[in-house]
Amino acid sequence: MKAIASGLIDDADLDGIRRDMIRFAHLQLRDKALAEDAVQEALLAALDNAKGFSGRAAFKTWVFAILKHKIVDLIRRQSRTINISALSAEEESLDQAFEAQFKANAHWAPAARPSDWGNPEATLHQQQFWAVFDACLRHLPENTARVFMMREFLEFETPEVCQELSITTSNCNVILHRARNGLRRCLEKSWFSAGERAC
Amino acid sequence: MLSCKEATRLLSEAQDRKLVLPETLRLEMHLALCSGCRNYRKQMSFLRAACQQLGKKQGESGE
Repeated sequence: MKAIASGLIDDADLDGIRRDMIRFAHLQLRDKALAEDAVQEALLAALDNAKGFSGRAAFKTWVFAILKHKIVDLIRRQSRTINISALSAEEESLDQAFEAQFKANAHWAPAARPSDWGNPEATLHQQQFWAVFDACLRHLPENTARVFMMREFLEFETPEVCQELSITTSNCNVILHRARNGLRRCLEKSWFSAGERAC
Repeated sequence: MLSCKEATRLLSEAQDRKLVLPETLRLEMHLALCSGCRNYRKQMSFLRAACQQLGKKQGESGE
């Protein structure tokens, strides 16, 4: 624990970082115990080597890099025992909700037509937006979320995601499309359509 | 003519791979006429930007 011994990071810092890490890991692993274990391991590995940190921010970046590595490892292991492309009832209901947005000719039903979300920059600066985004991410079915998170948060290229999770490219595309539609609809409903929201 | 449903698939895949020319042409033709799908395209980029920012918020800085 050289980092603590050297006074680089105090207990309060560490608590804060640990909380952020658990949120991040939990979002992706969907398992509290597993997330806590991964965070613990990542922290121990990072604290053991305090060299080269110019402060809290550098430490945080580094410990998150270790955490991402651990998450990928766990997902890879999970993917051997669970069938990522299997459809749960939740996935099926997402697909039904997607289909229901279209008329018989496969064009948007008027009520479901995607709206203009305005200035994205401004939205990303609003603190309350992140609580809604977080809730929408958590709302995604487990396997769908796993593939999406790997692509967007762990920043794997799509062919790598398919390979790591042993699913076909077309399956991967279907799952990512499902995830994006689910998120899009959730945000449109919970954030953007609340246009009359006081700002 | 591409349907909106097909357009959403291509717009999602465009986040993951470079579309081939015939796909791009059909998609652009559709987008020229369809404001719903134009919004959908912007929403896809927004999702990417939001995920990247969330990753940064948690992995960097001191927030």
